Amino acid sequence: MPDLSYPLSRRALLARAAAAGLLVGPGAGILAACGKDDDPKPGASGSTPAAGSSSAAGSSSAAGSSSAAVSSSAATEAPAGGAGDNPFDVKEDAALDLVIFAGGYTDKYAKEVHEPLYKAKFAKAEIKHQATEEISTVVQPRFAAGDPPDFVNNSGAKSMDFGALVADNQLEDLTALWDAPSVDDPAKKVRDTVVPGTIDVGSFNGKPYVLYYVSTVFGLWYSGKLFKDNSWTPPTDWDSFIKVLDEMKAKKIIPYAYAGANAPYYQWNVILTHAAKIGGGDVLKNIDNLEDGAWTNDAVKQAATLWAEVGAKYMDKSHEGLKHTDVQLQQNQYKVGFYPSGDWLENEQKKDTPEGFEYQMIPVPAAAGGKMGAAGVRATAGEGYVVPAKAKNKAGGLEYMRQMLSKAGGEGFAKLIGSPTVVVGASDAVEFPPGVKSSQAALKAAGADVVNIFFDGWYKDLDTEARTATNDLMFGRIKADEFCSRIQKKADELKKDDAVVKFKR
Amino acid sequence: MRHRKYPFIAGFLVVPLTLYVVFVLYPYTRAFYISMTAWRGFDVAPKWIGFKNYERLWSNDDRFWQAVQHHGILLVTLPVITIVIALFFAFLLSVGGKSKSGDMAGVWGSKFYRVVFFLPQVLAVPIIAVLFQTVYRPNESGLINGVLMKLGFDPVFFMIKPHLALPSIIAVLVWVSVGFYVVLFTAGMGSIPQELYEAAELDGAGKFRLFFGVTLPLLRDTLQVAWVYLGIAAFDAFAIVNVLALSEGGPNGTTTVMAVEIFRAYGKNNFGYASALGVALFFMSITFAALTLRVTRREAIEY
Repeated sequence: MPDLSYPLSRRALLARAAAAGLLVGPGAGILAACGKDDDPKPGASGSTPAAGSSSAAGSSSAAGSSSAAVSSSAATEAPAGGAGDNPFDVKEDAALDLVIFAGGYTDKYAKEVHEPLYKAKFAKAEIKHQATEEISTVVQPRFAAGDPPDFVNNSGAKSMDFGALVADNQLEDLTALWDAPSVDDPAKKVRDTVVPGTIDVGSFNGKPYVLYYVSTVFGLWYSGKLFKDNSWTPPTDWDSFIKVLDEMKAKKIIPYAYAGANAPYYQWNVILTHAAKIGGGDVLKNIDNLEDGAWTNDAVKQAATLWAEVGAKYMDKSHEGLKHTDVQLQQNQYKVGFYPSGDWLENEQKKDTPEGFEYQMIPVPAAAGGKMGAAGVRATAGEGYVVPAKAKNKAGGLEYMRQMLSKAGGEGFAKLIGSPTVVVGASDAVEFPPGVKSSQAALKAAGADVVNIFFDGWYKDLDTEARTATNDLMFGRIKADEFCSRIQKKADELKKDDAVVKFKR
Repeated sequence: MRHRKYPFIAGFLVVPLTLYVVFVLYPYTRAFYISMTAWRGFDVAPKWIGFKNYERLWSNDDRFWQAVQHHGILLVTLPVITIVIALFFAFLLSVGGKSKSGDMAGVWGSKFYRVVFFLPQVLAVPIIAVLFQTVYRPNESGLINGVLMKLGFDPVFFMIKPHLALPSIIAVLVWVSVGFYVVLFTAGMGSIPQELYEAAELDGAGKFRLFFGVTLPLLRDTLQVAWVYLGIAAFDAFAIVNVLALSEGGPNGTTTVMAVEIFRAYGKNNFGYASALGVALFFMSITFAALTLRVTRREAIEY
């Protein structure tokens, strides 16, 4: 249960927060100067692949009409916010201190959708909104000083390590949130209003600490226009995939590409999803749980062998030195056929996508006869939000999350950003762009064949090794055997290391 | 009045000393302490683990040894290449031209070149790294590869090929540094009395003899300073590597340096280990500076 006592006066709270702000401000500027922002990975966790994908690109347009719609729905929400509907006993005049990651999703959705919802309920509460691209630079010192914000959107290349936060008991247990009555239907618990798996993704050793909010589907992306113009059919299995790659090659298009400089994990994601299709979802579970021989499993080896061939035959060697933005731009210029990514891609590339390009996604193709259907995908909830355990207005943070998970919150986000959230039914009325439409269709078609991968968020070193080995494999320096044994060696090392906190699923 | 001298001096020293203690000495000792702990940088007391971080660093961290090795390479190549090039340019700029009525002069247009060489020095280092991303870009939009590919050659994968990546980084570091040392050496050469050159010329010394017989010995102090500066620079290289190299000191750690490893450890919220790396780097730099100053100590030449 959250701690619901507030020994501090409002004035003292504000004074302290202001002092912290003063300290953080200049420091952030200095640190920002030495930061690097080219890791497209938004979070320390692979399960948060969305937002940070690009720092600049994104949903600068949109908004407009949708925000108006949201504020009207927020207004209708207000009457419900009576004394009865306050499961966390939020003090109505307690300030709420938010830090939002201004990455691919920008911080607009917080300002225009979720904060008005909160404000409608607690009109006297002052909302302190801080947006940054460098979460750890801004928030880490506040954690160290014991004065964390009430709500943090921990995402982006400079996000804080979730595993470390959990291991040091810095995060509030979200069980209270999931068990609270939902905003729209008090008879339903919040946990019953979200897509299945949402809570698990944000759980560490069975305890929920992180709210992952944005529904994310992974696959191979291509231009619908390019396929139509050449009358290619989207491949559904491995042979037809290779056939299309050959035809692309004949047209002098680079058939397959990923960015070796900073996004090789887009590709290990493909290899591992393929391995799951061959050997079943347990292949990935064993990898996450650091089981012996998980990486040297035959399914991983087979998948790595197949993709190494793709690397040798259908990729451009220069892509090893390019960043994700460069490669994605090349695809927008019709120079690249398939590109592996999650469905934040369409929103991220909005600015550079030519008219009629029409993003489309297929699941990672695999030959029939595997333990999982050909339509299987990796899907997860991305973009992590936490309430620090030592926050002054924890109840407010939890309530803010509850508002995000309301129908109005989910719908407002989906309209503004063009990505569906984990709130069930909240995006039914939203018209998504073609890419997200196709990825949502793929998710539906996958049915129960949905897998997810966690190890990269839990063990950063293992992710680094997998990235390096993936580049070596795809650009022809090692064979599948070495790929597997090399990452296995790192996994074994981690398993033996007492200093590393272990997680299981 | 003598007894008033000390309070007077102390009055001047209080402020800088306090600043020094608070912002230099305290963080240093604190880093030593944190390096002996397991700490993730939160509001939790660091856990004392003694020398465990150092044991791990010594026996179980390949990337640390890669970084040490790279510093070794940098320590030899960066000063040597930079000083040789800078000396050559500085000599041309100040003594390389025809001597007019006995006065030594630089080659034609030397004032212009002096500005050109110094230019990289006024750019921020990360900007230079971003610039060189474009210079080294592995496809037709790269500055070098664009030309190569137009001429029908295969592109050179500067940052991709493991054996090319570090030399490419060194080339950038040299490019950045040369300008400053050209100016430094030019100033040093300017303070060498003209009579010495005149005398040497009268004795029939050519440009080579002038350089090795007069310029070099009299520049000894300046060279020593340059060597120490460049040596210390060789222990840094963070910004260039972090921005220019693939995936944090990649490919495969072939360009990593200590500062990048420290940065990586912080990224993993492993503040204790990061501090241990920092302390290791501290001792490496101190040892280098002490050694250089000792080895190169010699009576200065009076002139």
